[in-house]
Amino acid sequence: MSELSKLKIAEARDALKKGEVTSVELTEACLAEIAGAGALNAFVHDTPDLAMEQAKAADALKGDGSLNGIPLGIKDLFCTRGVASQAASKILDGFRPEYESTVSQNLLDAGAVMLGKLNMDEFAMGSSNETSVYGDAVNPWKVDDRTLTPGGSSGGSAAAVAADLCLGATGTDTGGSIRQPAAFTGITGIKPTYGRCSRWGIVAFASSLDQAGPMTKDVRDAAIMLQAMCGHDPKDSTSADLPVPDFEAMLTGDIKGKTIGIPREYHMDGMPGEIDALWAEGRKMLQDAGAKLVDISLPHTKYALPTYYVIAPAEASSNLARYDGVRFGHRARLGQGDGITEMYEKTRAEGFGQEVKRRVMVGTYVLSAGFYDAYYNRARKVRALIKKDFEDVFAQGVDAILTPATPSAAFGLGEMTDADPVAMYLNDVFTVTVNLAGLPGINVPAGLDNQGLPLGLQLIGRPWEEGDLLNTAYALEQATGFVAKPEKWW
Amino acid sequence: MSIDTDTARKVAHLARIKVEEDELPALAGEFNAILGFIEQLQEVDVEGVEPMTSVTPQRLKRREDVVTDGHQQDKVLANAPDAREGFFAVPKVVE
Repeated sequence: MSELSKLKIAEARDALKKGEVTSVELTEACLAEIAGAGALNAFVHDTPDLAMEQAKAADALKGDGSLNGIPLGIKDLFCTRGVASQAASKILDGFRPEYESTVSQNLLDAGAVMLGKLNMDEFAMGSSNETSVYGDAVNPWKVDDRTLTPGGSSGGSAAAVAADLCLGATGTDTGGSIRQPAAFTGITGIKPTYGRCSRWGIVAFASSLDQAGPMTKDVRDAAIMLQAMCGHDPKDSTSADLPVPDFEAMLTGDIKGKTIGIPREYHMDGMPGEIDALWAEGRKMLQDAGAKLVDISLPHTKYALPTYYVIAPAEASSNLARYDGVRFGHRARLGQGDGITEMYEKTRAEGFGQEVKRRVMVGTYVLSAGFYDAYYNRARKVRALIKKDFEDVFAQGVDAILTPATPSAAFGLGEMTDADPVAMYLNDVFTVTVNLAGLPGINVPAGLDNQGLPLGLQLIGRPWEEGDLLNTAYALEQATGFVAKPEKWW
Repeated sequence: MSIDTDTARKVAHLARIKVEEDELPALAGEFNAILGFIEQLQEVDVEGVEPMTSVTPQRLKRREDVVTDGHQQDKVLANAPDAREGFFAVPKVVE
């Protein structure tokens, strides 16, 4: 029975169609795995009754949805009707939305089964899943006594997919929150072009950067799931009114004649030799598959992280102003004579964790009178230059860009606790440029380091060309032949 | 640009987050570390560059200016920590 949760989405879909398995059997297998995986702390709100109801309906209807009967996990950032949705924050304790996010509704419309909600960093702010009100999510990969981070912010999603607790999961990515955890856990994760997935009903962090995407066991599954997630939505004014191509049909593995750019600025001082070696291997694999490799320059790369740490906190401080203790979630107990200002201040002090408070206050500062031009406007100008760097290389005929996904393999939980907040931010050094430029980016698991931990490579595509990007990723996946799985210890 | 405890107190108040007096020096230190990191942006030549307003070149969609939603007071209030007689309830605002 437990073997069923190990299936990929495409395999389960085909088995369901042939009548070799039912959605009820798949769902029961996943629920049993989830029940036995408490040590990973990946699922934080289980919805087994709802899942079984949806599975029975999928079996009875035999609908032709692309995900009919497929059990998935949903990141806690997505509002799900009647099911706790609290962005891993105390301030949304008890919040049960009266509505369903467009992306999760699209998945349900395609026939998917929701197993429950997944752990994450609070408000998606973090790179190690250590800022969650639910406690740390744990990486199923383990090579010594240490428990490792699954990365963040979509840490629960990554752990759940890597440990075969579900067939796929939703993630969101503001600075690398799909791709970094995917790299740390040896799975595939794609952030589509800004505007591909509707942001409606997803708890907002930094609205000009946030995008949802799938986290899956391989590239084909990413294509299938992304297809179901995206599409125009009038409820999100930044949602693109563009046709969505058939991503899966574009997976031919043929990348002959494609031009792949290798950005020299992604060679970082102090980068582990293994990351460099893996990157070199990736280049060779794409070349052997018939692609043409060219050295490119993205000159403003080093300014991407500081730009991000102005823009993201600025947008977060505005977005998180809504948590005021009035409309939803937590309200602090008030003292004699406390007025509305004390209610706001106490509620937000109690409800937000340290990292969230830090970013809201940094955002408040960079937006405050006297600093708006020096910090916020300057960051928006540098952002325009970062985007132009990419436009220039695409104009030179580059189809995709290959980079490492992360500057290291997964690190131990607690190892960064005493570090400067900026040290944690460096996790996103290779991924954050993609959000600033609004481009699609994908992590492809590519190998193991000398400790036996997974490492990933990132491919960055042209805007709206996720299909082409997925196909390049598919060719890379075939070349790497990465099939390693964590050994079960939980 | 260095942030002192007075500035940290002011920012915390603007953000409506209560920070105890004895936590302000540490908070100011964290701000300084982050702002020190952000300071690098000052060295970029941004002469003549327009600040980005939209990452994808798109014009916001227009629609008829008509009511499209409403009549769901119960749902709007369902998650309120304190709702009474069809309203959100808050501490006294006016003396």
